[in-house]
Amino acid sequence: MNTKNQLYNYILEIADDSLILGQRLSEWCGHGPILEEDIALTNIALDFIGQANNLYEYAATLSENKITPDQLAFLRVDNDFKNALLVEQPNRDFAYTLARQFYFDAFRKLFFEKLIDSKDEQLSAIAEKSLKETKYHLKHSSEWIIRLGDGTEESHNRIQTAIDFLWKYTNELFEDNQAYTEILDLELGISVSALKSTWLEYVHSILTEATLTIPNSPFSQTGGRKGIHTEHLGYLLAEMQYMQRAYPNSTW
Amino acid sequence: MVTTKNIWESLEKVSDPEIPVLSIVDLGIVRNVEIDKELCTVTITPTYSGCPAMHTIEQEILTTLSPIIKTEVKSTLSPAWTTDWMSENGKKKLREYGIAPPENEVDKSVLFAKPTIVPCPKCNSQDTKMISQFGSTACKAHYQCNHCLEPFDYFKCLR
Repeated sequence: MNTKNQLYNYILEIADDSLILGQRLSEWCGHGPILEEDIALTNIALDFIGQANNLYEYAATLSENKITPDQLAFLRVDNDFKNALLVEQPNRDFAYTLARQFYFDAFRKLFFEKLIDSKDEQLSAIAEKSLKETKYHLKHSSEWIIRLGDGTEESHNRIQTAIDFLWKYTNELFEDNQAYTEILDLELGISVSALKSTWLEYVHSILTEATLTIPNSPFSQTGGRKGIHTEHLGYLLAEMQYMQRAYPNSTW
Repeated sequence: MVTTKNIWESLEKVSDPEIPVLSIVDLGIVRNVEIDKELCTVTITPTYSGCPAMHTIEQEILTTLSPIIKTEVKSTLSPAWTTDWMSENGKKKLREYGIAPPENEVDKSVLFAKPTIVPCPKCNSQDTKMISQFGSTACKAHYQCNHCLEPFDYFKCLR
Protein backbone atom coordinates (compact mmCIF):
# COMPACT_ATOMS: atom_id res chain seq x y z
CA MET A 1 0.00 0.00 0.00
CA ASN A 2 1.32 3.45 -0.79
CA THR A 3 1.23 6.28 1.73
CA LYS A 4 -1.89 7.89 0.30
CA ASN A 5 -3.74 4.59 0.53
CA GLN A 6 -2.59 4.03 4.08
CA LEU A 7 -3.69 7.52 5.07
CA TYR A 8 -7.09 6.95 3.44
CA ASN A 9 -7.64 3.78 5.49
CA TYR A 10 -6.27 5.40 8.63
CA ILE A 11 -8.77 8.26 8.35
CA LEU A 12 -11.66 5.87 7.67
CA GLU A 13 -10.88 4.06 10.91
CA ILE A 14 -11.19 7.29 12.95
CA ALA A 15 -14.31 8.29 11.00
CA ASP A 16 -15.96 4.89 11.50
CA ASP A 17 -15.49 5.14 15.28
CA SER A 18 -17.25 8.52 15.21
CA LEU A 19 -20.08 7.51 12.88
CA ILE A 20 -20.98 4.26 14.63
CA LEU A 21 -20.91 5.77 18.12
CA GLY A 22 -22.89 8.78 16.85
CA GLN A 23 -25.51 6.45 15.39
CA ARG A 24 -25.69 4.46 18.65
CA LEU A 25 -26.17 7.61 20.72
CA SER A 26 -28.83 8.93 18.38
CA GLU A 27 -30.93 5.84 19.20
CA TRP A 28 -31.59 7.59 22.53
CA CYS A 29 -33.48 10.37 20.75
CA GLY A 30 -36.90 10.47 22.40
CA HIS A 31 -35.96 7.75 24.91
CA GLY A 32 -33.65 9.58 27.36
CA PRO A 33 -34.30 8.94 31.07
CA ILE A 34 -34.90 12.67 31.51
CA LEU A 35 -35.41 15.41 28.95
CA GLU A 36 -32.03 17.05 29.64
CA GLU A 37 -30.20 13.77 29.06
CA ASP A 38 -32.18 13.09 25.92
CA ILE A 39 -30.93 16.42 24.61
CA ALA A 40 -27.37 15.88 25.89
CA LEU A 41 -26.97 12.44 24.29
CA THR A 42 -28.33 13.60 20.94
CA ASN A 43 -26.14 16.74 21.08
CA ILE A 44 -23.12 14.52 21.56
CA ALA A 45 -24.34 12.23 18.78
CA LEU A 46 -24.45 15.23 16.47
CA ASP A 47 -20.86 16.15 17.33
CA PHE A 48 -19.74 12.61 16.47
CA ILE A 49 -21.61 12.55 13.18
CA GLY A 50 -20.15 15.96 12.34
CA GLN A 51 -16.65 14.67 13.03
CA ALA A 52 -17.35 11.62 10.86
CA ASN A 53 -18.54 13.87 8.05
CA ASN A 54 -15.38 16.01 8.19
CA LEU A 55 -13.23 12.90 8.13
CA TYR A 56 -15.16 11.15 5.32
CA GLU A 57 -15.01 14.34 3.27
CA TYR A 58 -11.27 14.43 3.64
CA ALA A 59 -10.87 10.69 2.97
CA ALA A 60 -12.95 11.05 -0.21
CA THR A 61 -10.40 13.52 -1.60
CA LEU A 62 -7.64 10.93 -1.10
CA SER A 63 -9.52 8.03 -2.68
CA GLU A 64 -8.49 6.81 -6.12
CA ASN A 65 -12.10 6.08 -6.95
CA LYS A 66 -14.65 8.82 -7.21
CA ILE A 67 -16.44 8.41 -3.90
CA THR A 68 -18.61 10.65 -1.72
CA PRO A 69 -18.89 10.87 2.10
CA ASP A 70 -22.45 9.56 1.85
CA GLN A 71 -21.31 6.49 -0.07
CA LEU A 72 -18.69 5.80 2.58
CA ALA A 73 -21.32 5.94 5.31
CA PHE A 74 -24.27 4.28 3.61
CA LEU A 75 -22.95 1.88 0.99
CA ARG A 76 -20.22 -0.10 2.71
CA VAL A 77 -20.93 -3.49 4.30
CA ASP A 78 -19.99 -4.50 7.85
CA ASN A 79 -16.58 -5.98 6.97
CA ASP A 80 -15.56 -2.68 5.38
CA PHE A 81 -16.12 -0.80 8.64
CA LYS A 82 -12.97 -0.58 10.79
CA ASN A 83 -14.48 0.87 13.97
CA ALA A 84 -13.48 -0.54 17.35
CA LEU A 85 -15.85 -3.16 18.81
CA LEU A 86 -16.54 -0.92 21.80
CA VAL A 87 -18.47 1.73 19.87
CA GLU A 88 -20.85 -0.75 18.17
CA GLN A 89 -21.97 -2.30 21.46
CA PRO A 90 -25.72 -1.79 21.96
CA ASN A 91 -27.08 0.85 24.34
CA ARG A 92 -28.78 -1.73 26.58
CA ASP A 93 -29.53 0.72 29.42
CA PHE A 94 -28.33 4.15 30.53
CA ALA A 95 -25.47 2.62 32.56
CA TYR A 96 -24.09 0.65 29.59
CA THR A 97 -24.39 3.72 27.37
CA LEU A 98 -22.48 5.90 29.83
CA ALA A 99 -19.81 3.28 30.57
CA ARG A 100 -19.17 2.86 26.83
CA GLN A 101 -19.08 6.63 26.42
CA PHE A 102 -16.74 7.13 29.37
CA TYR A 103 -14.19 4.58 28.14
CA PHE A 104 -14.29 6.03 24.64
CA ASP A 105 -14.29 9.76 25.55
CA ALA A 106 -11.28 9.24 27.82
CA PHE A 107 -9.48 7.60 24.88
CA ARG A 108 -10.65 10.14 22.31
CA LYS A 109 -9.46 13.15 24.30
CA LEU A 110 -5.92 11.74 24.51
CA PHE A 111 -6.09 10.71 20.87
CA PHE A 112 -7.04 14.15 19.52
CA GLU A 113 -4.58 15.91 21.84
CA LYS A 114 -1.81 13.99 20.09
CA LEU A 115 -3.29 14.02 16.60
CA ILE A 116 -3.11 17.83 16.60
CA ASP A 117 0.65 17.37 16.04
CA SER A 118 0.04 15.39 12.84
CA LYS A 119 2.16 16.61 9.95
CA ASP A 120 -0.97 16.30 7.83
CA GLU A 121 -2.56 19.73 7.92
CA GLN A 122 -6.18 18.71 7.44
CA LEU A 123 -6.02 15.85 9.96
CA SER A 124 -4.50 18.23 12.48
CA ALA A 125 -7.29 20.76 11.82
CA ILE A 126 -9.99 18.12 12.34
CA ALA A 127 -8.31 17.03 15.59
CA GLU A 128 -8.13 20.61 16.86
CA LYS A 129 -11.81 21.16 16.07
CA SER A 130 -12.97 17.85 17.55
CA LEU A 131 -10.91 18.12 20.73
CA LYS A 132 -12.88 21.15 21.96
CA GLU A 133 -16.11 19.16 21.78
CA THR A 134 -14.56 15.99 23.19
CA LYS A 135 -13.60 17.80 26.40
CA TYR A 136 -17.27 18.59 27.03
CA HIS A 137 -18.19 14.96 26.26
CA LEU A 138 -15.63 13.56 28.71
CA LYS A 139 -16.77 15.88 31.49
CA HIS A 140 -20.35 14.77 30.89
CA SER A 141 -19.62 11.02 30.91
CA SER A 142 -17.13 11.19 33.83
CA GLU A 143 -19.62 13.04 36.02
CA TRP A 144 -22.28 10.44 35.29
CA ILE A 145 -19.94 7.57 36.21
CA ILE A 146 -19.32 9.20 39.58
CA ARG A 147 -22.99 10.11 40.08
CA LEU A 148 -24.18 6.57 39.32
CA GLY A 149 -21.35 4.77 41.14
CA ASP A 150 -21.64 6.91 44.23
CA GLY A 151 -25.43 7.05 44.02
CA THR A 152 -27.94 4.43 45.19
CA GLU A 153 -27.29 0.73 45.61
CA GLU A 154 -29.22 0.08 42.41
CA SER A 155 -27.32 2.65 40.32
CA HIS A 156 -24.00 1.46 41.79
CA ASN A 157 -24.65 -2.16 40.87
CA ARG A 158 -25.84 -1.37 37.38
CA ILE A 159 -22.92 0.89 36.44
CA GLN A 160 -20.48 -1.65 37.94
CA THR A 161 -22.00 -4.39 35.78
CA ALA A 162 -21.68 -2.21 32.67
CA ILE A 163 -18.11 -1.12 33.49
CA ASP A 164 -17.11 -4.78 34.00
CA PHE A 165 -18.88 -6.04 30.88
CA LEU A 166 -17.41 -3.46 28.49
CA TRP A 167 -13.87 -3.69 29.88
CA LYS A 168 -12.91 -6.45 27.42
CA TYR A 169 -13.45 -4.09 24.47
CA THR A 170 -11.14 -1.33 25.74
CA ASN A 171 -7.78 -2.89 24.93
CA GLU A 172 -8.47 -2.79 21.20
CA LEU A 173 -8.39 1.02 21.29
CA PHE A 174 -4.69 0.86 22.14
CA GLU A 175 -3.51 -1.67 19.56
CA ASP A 176 -1.21 -0.16 16.97
CA ASN A 177 -2.11 -1.42 13.52
CA GLN A 178 0.80 -2.83 11.53
CA ALA A 179 -0.85 -1.60 8.34
CA TYR A 180 -0.06 2.00 9.23
CA THR A 181 3.68 1.86 9.94
CA GLU A 182 4.39 4.37 7.21
CA ILE A 183 1.76 6.78 8.55
CA LEU A 184 3.41 6.63 11.95
CA ASP A 185 6.93 6.95 10.53
CA LEU A 186 5.95 10.08 8.64
CA GLU A 187 4.24 11.44 11.78
CA LEU A 188 0.92 11.76 9.98
CA GLY A 189 -0.79 9.53 12.52
CA ILE A 190 -0.02 8.61 16.12
CA SER A 191 0.81 5.53 18.16
CA VAL A 192 -2.24 4.60 20.25
CA SER A 193 -0.35 2.11 22.42
CA ALA A 194 1.55 5.06 23.89
CA LEU A 195 -1.73 6.50 25.23
CA LYS A 196 -2.71 3.51 27.34
CA SER A 197 -0.96 4.30 30.63
CA THR A 198 -2.40 7.85 30.76
CA TRP A 199 -5.83 6.47 29.91
CA LEU A 200 -5.62 3.84 32.66
CA GLU A 201 -4.57 6.45 35.17
CA TYR A 202 -7.56 8.67 34.33
CA VAL A 203 -10.07 5.79 34.28
CA HIS A 204 -8.76 4.54 37.65
CA SER A 205 -9.09 7.96 39.23
CA ILE A 206 -12.72 8.37 38.13
CA LEU A 207 -13.74 4.80 39.05
CA THR A 208 -12.15 5.21 42.47
CA GLU A 209 -14.01 8.46 43.05
CA ALA A 210 -17.18 6.67 41.95
CA THR A 211 -16.54 3.97 44.62
CA LEU A 212 -16.44 1.38 41.83
CA THR A 213 -14.17 -1.63 41.56
CA ILE A 214 -11.61 -1.37 38.79
CA PRO A 215 -11.95 -4.32 36.40
CA ASN A 216 -8.82 -6.42 36.11
CA SER A 217 -9.77 -9.21 33.74
CA PRO A 218 -6.94 -9.67 31.23
CA PHE A 219 -9.27 -11.09 28.57
CA SER A 220 -9.78 -8.79 25.63
CA GLN A 221 -11.97 -9.04 22.55
CA THR A 222 -10.63 -7.49 19.36
CA GLY A 223 -11.24 -7.64 15.62
CA GLY A 224 -13.04 -4.43 14.69
CA ARG A 225 -9.96 -2.81 13.17
CA LYS A 226 -9.70 -5.79 10.81
CA GLY A 227 -13.37 -5.68 9.93
CA ILE A 228 -14.36 -8.64 12.12
CA HIS A 229 -17.27 -7.37 14.16
CA THR A 230 -19.72 -8.47 16.82
CA GLU A 231 -23.21 -9.33 15.57
CA HIS A 232 -24.49 -5.95 16.74
CA LEU A 233 -22.92 -3.92 13.92
CA GLY A 234 -24.99 -5.62 11.23
CA TYR A 235 -28.27 -4.60 12.87
CA LEU A 236 -27.04 -1.04 13.32
CA LEU A 237 -26.04 -0.77 9.66
CA ALA A 238 -29.30 -2.32 8.52
CA GLU A 239 -31.20 0.47 10.20
CA MET A 240 -28.78 3.28 9.30
CA GLN A 241 -28.40 2.29 5.65
CA TYR A 242 -31.95 1.17 4.97
CA MET A 243 -33.01 4.22 2.98
CA GLN A 244 -30.04 4.26 0.57
CA ARG A 245 -30.26 0.49 0.11
CA ALA A 246 -33.98 0.51 -0.62
CA TYR A 247 -33.96 3.68 -2.73
CA PRO A 248 -30.45 4.02 -4.19
CA ASN A 249 -29.26 7.60 -4.71
CA SER A 250 -32.44 9.06 -3.25
CA THR A 251 -32.13 12.63 -2.02
CA TRP A 252 -34.45 14.95 -0.11
CA MET B 1 -16.44 48.46 -8.31
CA VAL B 2 -17.30 46.11 -5.45
CA THR B 3 -14.88 46.26 -2.51
CA THR B 4 -14.37 43.79 0.33
CA LYS B 5 -15.89 46.46 2.60
CA ASN B 6 -19.15 46.26 0.59
CA ILE B 7 -19.10 42.48 0.93
CA TRP B 8 -18.61 42.59 4.72
CA GLU B 9 -21.53 45.03 4.96
CA SER B 10 -23.75 42.69 2.93
CA LEU B 11 -22.73 39.72 5.09
CA GLU B 12 -23.99 41.65 8.13
CA LYS B 13 -27.47 40.95 6.73
CA VAL B 14 -26.99 37.17 6.68
CA SER B 15 -28.26 35.75 9.96
CA ASP B 16 -27.57 32.48 11.70
CA PRO B 17 -30.66 30.34 11.02
CA GLU B 18 -30.69 28.98 14.59
CA ILE B 19 -30.06 32.31 16.32
CA PRO B 20 -31.64 34.77 13.87
CA VAL B 21 -30.74 37.77 16.03
CA LEU B 22 -27.05 37.25 15.21
CA SER B 23 -25.44 37.87 11.85
CA ILE B 24 -22.75 35.46 10.72
CA VAL B 25 -20.27 38.33 11.09
CA ASP B 26 -21.31 38.91 14.75
CA LEU B 27 -20.86 35.20 15.35
CA GLY B 28 -17.32 35.28 13.98
CA ILE B 29 -17.75 32.44 11.51
CA VAL B 30 -16.79 34.54 8.47
CA ARG B 31 -13.02 34.18 8.45
CA ASN B 32 -12.03 35.88 5.24
CA VAL B 33 -13.34 37.81 2.23
CA GLU B 34 -11.23 38.08 -0.90
CA ILE B 35 -11.93 39.60 -4.27
CA ASP B 36 -9.87 38.45 -7.21
CA LYS B 37 -10.96 40.29 -10.36
CA GLU B 38 -14.58 39.20 -10.87
CA LEU B 39 -14.71 36.48 -8.21
CA CYS B 40 -15.39 36.89 -4.50
CA THR B 41 -14.33 34.10 -2.12
CA VAL B 42 -15.91 33.98 1.33
CA THR B 43 -14.30 31.62 3.85
CA ILE B 44 -16.42 30.38 6.75
CA THR B 45 -15.79 28.00 9.65
CA PRO B 46 -18.33 25.88 11.60
CA THR B 47 -19.00 26.52 15.30
CA TYR B 48 -19.25 22.78 16.09
CA SER B 49 -18.26 19.83 13.85
CA GLY B 50 -21.86 18.77 13.44
CA CYS B 51 -23.39 22.22 13.04
CA PRO B 52 -26.42 21.51 10.82
CA ALA B 53 -26.72 25.18 9.82
CA MET B 54 -23.61 25.30 7.65
CA HIS B 55 -25.33 24.38 4.38
CA THR B 56 -28.10 26.92 4.94
CA ILE B 57 -25.56 29.61 5.77
CA GLU B 58 -23.61 28.83 2.60
CA GLN B 59 -26.79 29.12 0.53
CA GLU B 60 -27.74 32.38 2.24
CA ILE B 61 -24.34 33.89 1.47
CA LEU B 62 -24.64 32.93 -2.18
CA THR B 63 -28.18 34.32 -2.39
CA THR B 64 -27.15 37.59 -0.76
CA LEU B 65 -23.98 38.19 -2.75
CA SER B 66 -24.80 36.79 -6.19
CA PRO B 67 -26.69 39.94 -7.34
CA ILE B 68 -23.53 41.95 -6.53
CA ILE B 69 -20.67 39.69 -7.60
CA LYS B 70 -19.86 36.11 -8.62
CA THR B 71 -19.24 34.31 -5.32
CA GLU B 72 -17.87 31.04 -4.01
CA VAL B 73 -17.96 29.87 -0.40
CA LYS B 74 -15.12 27.90 1.14
CA SER B 75 -15.13 26.14 4.49
CA THR B 76 -12.10 25.82 6.77
CA LEU B 77 -11.62 24.00 10.08
CA SER B 78 -8.40 25.60 11.26
CA PRO B 79 -7.96 27.68 13.29
CA ALA B 80 -10.93 26.18 15.10
CA TRP B 81 -13.79 28.55 15.93
CA THR B 82 -13.88 30.00 19.43
CA THR B 83 -16.49 32.16 21.18
CA ASP B 84 -13.72 34.77 21.55
CA TRP B 85 -14.47 35.68 17.94
CA MET B 86 -17.99 36.78 18.75
CA SER B 87 -18.27 40.57 18.47
CA GLU B 88 -19.22 42.78 21.44
CA ASN B 89 -22.20 43.91 19.42
CA GLY B 90 -23.16 40.26 18.94
CA LYS B 91 -23.02 39.61 22.69
CA LYS B 92 -25.25 42.62 23.33
CA LYS B 93 -27.78 41.42 20.75
CA LEU B 94 -27.81 37.94 22.30
CA ARG B 95 -28.54 39.31 25.77
CA GLU B 96 -31.39 41.46 24.48
CA TYR B 97 -32.78 38.39 22.67
CA GLY B 98 -32.85 36.41 25.96
CA ILE B 99 -29.74 34.26 25.48
CA ALA B 100 -26.89 34.75 27.94
CA PRO B 101 -23.69 35.47 25.98
CA PRO B 102 -20.50 33.45 26.62
CA GLU B 103 -18.60 34.31 29.79
CA ASN B 104 -14.82 34.26 29.60
CA GLU B 105 -14.52 30.89 31.23
CA VAL B 106 -14.57 27.35 29.89
CA ASP B 107 -16.62 25.14 32.16
CA LYS B 108 -15.09 21.79 31.33
CA SER B 109 -11.78 21.29 33.09
CA VAL B 110 -12.86 20.25 36.57
CA LEU B 111 -15.44 17.60 37.37
CA PHE B 112 -18.41 18.82 39.36
CA ALA B 113 -16.78 22.23 39.48
CA LYS B 114 -19.08 25.10 40.33
CA PRO B 115 -20.57 25.99 36.94
CA THR B 116 -19.66 29.36 35.47
CA ILE B 117 -21.73 32.21 36.94
CA VAL B 118 -24.04 33.32 34.16
CA PRO B 119 -26.19 36.39 34.84
CA CYS B 120 -29.86 36.01 33.92
CA PRO B 121 -30.53 37.82 30.61
CA LYS B 122 -34.00 38.84 31.85
CA CYS B 123 -33.44 40.22 35.37
CA ASN B 124 -29.63 40.30 35.48
CA SER B 125 -29.50 38.32 38.75
CA GLN B 126 -26.27 36.39 39.39
CA ASP B 127 -28.28 33.74 41.23
CA THR B 128 -28.74 31.22 38.42
CA LYS B 129 -28.23 27.47 38.09
CA MET B 130 -27.11 25.20 35.30
CA ILE B 131 -29.77 22.65 34.37
CA SER B 132 -27.76 20.87 31.66
CA GLN B 133 -24.45 21.35 29.91
CA PHE B 134 -26.23 20.60 26.62
CA GLY B 135 -29.08 22.79 25.40
CA SER B 136 -31.32 23.29 22.39
CA THR B 137 -28.35 23.47 20.00
CA ALA B 138 -24.76 22.23 20.24
CA CYS B 139 -23.50 25.71 21.14
CA LYS B 140 -25.82 26.32 24.10
CA ALA B 141 -26.25 25.11 27.70
CA HIS B 142 -29.52 25.18 29.61
CA TYR B 143 -29.82 27.44 32.69
CA GLN B 144 -32.50 28.71 35.02
CA CYS B 145 -32.67 31.90 37.07
CA ASN B 146 -33.33 31.30 40.79
CA HIS B 147 -34.50 34.89 41.19
CA CYS B 148 -37.12 35.37 38.44
CA LEU B 149 -37.38 31.59 37.69
CA GLU B 150 -36.97 32.21 33.96
CA PRO B 151 -35.34 29.28 32.12
CA PHE B 152 -32.83 30.52 29.56
CA ASP B 153 -30.14 29.44 27.11
CA TYR B 154 -26.47 30.17 27.72
CA PHE B 155 -24.20 30.42 24.70
CA LYS B 156 -21.38 28.37 26.17
CA CYS B 157 -17.76 29.38 26.00
CA LEU B 158 -15.71 27.33 23.53
CA ARG B 159 -11.93 27.67 23.46
